[in-house]
Amino acid sequence: MDRRFHANDIDAGELEMIRVIGPVARSTLLEARRSRILWLVAAMALASLGLAGFLGQVAIIESTEVQVAVVAAVLRGCAVFLTAAFVAIAMVREFNDKVFELMLAGPWPRGVYLLGKFVGFSTTALVLAVLLSLPLAALVPAARLWPWTLSLACELVIVAAMSLFCVITFTHVVAALATVLGFYLLGRSIAAIQVMAAAAEASTRWTDRAADWLVAAVAVLLPRFDLMTRADWLLGAFPGPAALASVLGQTAVYTLLLVAAAQFDLHRQNF
Amino acid sequence: MRERPIGQLPRSVVVLFVLALALQIGVGLARPQPQARAEDLPAPPSAAGLRLAALGEPAALAKVLMLYLQAFDYRAGTRVPYRDLDYDRLIGWLERILELDPPGQYPLMQASRLYAEVPDPAKTRQMLDFVYREYLKDPNRRWPWLAHATVLAKHQLKDLELALKYAQALQDHTTTPDAPLWARQMVPFILEDMNELEAAKVLIGGLIASGQVKDERDLRLLQRRLEGIEERLRAEAGAK
Repeated sequence: MDRRFHANDIDAGELEMIRVIGPVARSTLLEARRSRILWLVAAMALASLGLAGFLGQVAIIESTEVQVAVVAAVLRGCAVFLTAAFVAIAMVREFNDKVFELMLAGPWPRGVYLLGKFVGFSTTALVLAVLLSLPLAALVPAARLWPWTLSLACELVIVAAMSLFCVITFTHVVAALATVLGFYLLGRSIAAIQVMAAAAEASTRWTDRAADWLVAAVAVLLPRFDLMTRADWLLGAFPGPAALASVLGQTAVYTLLLVAAAQFDLHRQNF
Repeated sequence: MRERPIGQLPRSVVVLFVLALALQIGVGLARPQPQARAEDLPAPPSAAGLRLAALGEPAALAKVLMLYLQAFDYRAGTRVPYRDLDYDRLIGWLERILELDPPGQYPLMQASRLYAEVPDPAKTRQMLDFVYREYLKDPNRRWPWLAHATVLAKHQLKDLELALKYAQALQDHTTTPDAPLWARQMVPFILEDMNELEAAKVLIGGLIASGQVKDERDLRLLQRRLEGIEERLRAEAGAK
């Protein structure tokens, strides 16, 4: 790391600390590039184009709509999994190689290192969102594609932040990955769960009331992934400025919460 | 790994976390609650599509779909439930769910006990007809719902012809000993209500004579019913 951050220079000020974020983020991006994730993305893009070709052959009507909806859903799932897996595995590797402890021993607050990693992971997520949207460019006009890509990028930033928080908390790949994927699935389905819970609200049993409250509380604490990156946006139902603003706002608020939670947990841990 | 007490954390870290949490809670509370409005019920997907989506667990998907479906247009205590639902679509969904999980009783229970009991005779008929069609595919498992449909046809719709059709189907197709006698032998009582007294008398008399009725109380009840019919017949004959 940059020798300007020797212990003797601790009073170099916050500006110097902020400059740590850049190299940490760059090293994260470098790791993403060297981990052959781009080859995987290229393979996924090719596979999705093959899937689109297959669907185009078997669909009798609305073949383009079928292709777009299915390929978009598959790409979205792949992007989420890749992002979560990359963050979890990269961080666990840093734990195992003691790079993490080395970084914490540096003359900067823990939060600076965390922010550096977050910037690196979220930039990787943005690149993944753009690259994994490219196969859809062959099927839908750019005017429909960009809101979907923007929303996918937002979704992946939240997933990256959640993965970072989980891996700092659990320090194991399986636990972190399982939690992130569970969180994502819950975020996708919480609206449906709320609807189902509302249908039983006439019950007066305390267990039912407690379950309703629990569902409501979980819903408040989760982002609504079901309102983001919708395949029907690609089929002509343009989301509109309000929906896009809501996606951006939700991403900002939830990412702030996750980074704050990760920082809180990182400060609590003794190494 | 030991953890530091919260009191030892930098105050800015704690404050940032609390503020971010409060902000998310505010956003979450400000969001409108998702609702399954009647007009939001989409057309059911194809059976093949649902099987693909079930990922080898059709019964589990059927249960979840049923829970999801029942939430549409239902708001307890606020207004008449299910009034605005598109019953063609609803029946399509129920059919698909039954295809996914044929032994499942939930769709027909919902159909006969909830969706058929709306204050709209046309919708009630539509739902009863669905229950009847599905009953014929598996009579020994689905008889309770057609029995309830028979009662609804008789008392809610006041359509004795329809009730007789369902009762006749129950009598002809239900062979399981699990079905109680009253469910399989509703025909004479409906005939009695239709003033077909001779036919009702013959059927009830035949039932008593057949020895199928073992319970003493049931026998006494049938006997009293037969005597009542005979009395009505005598009164009618006297009037002529």
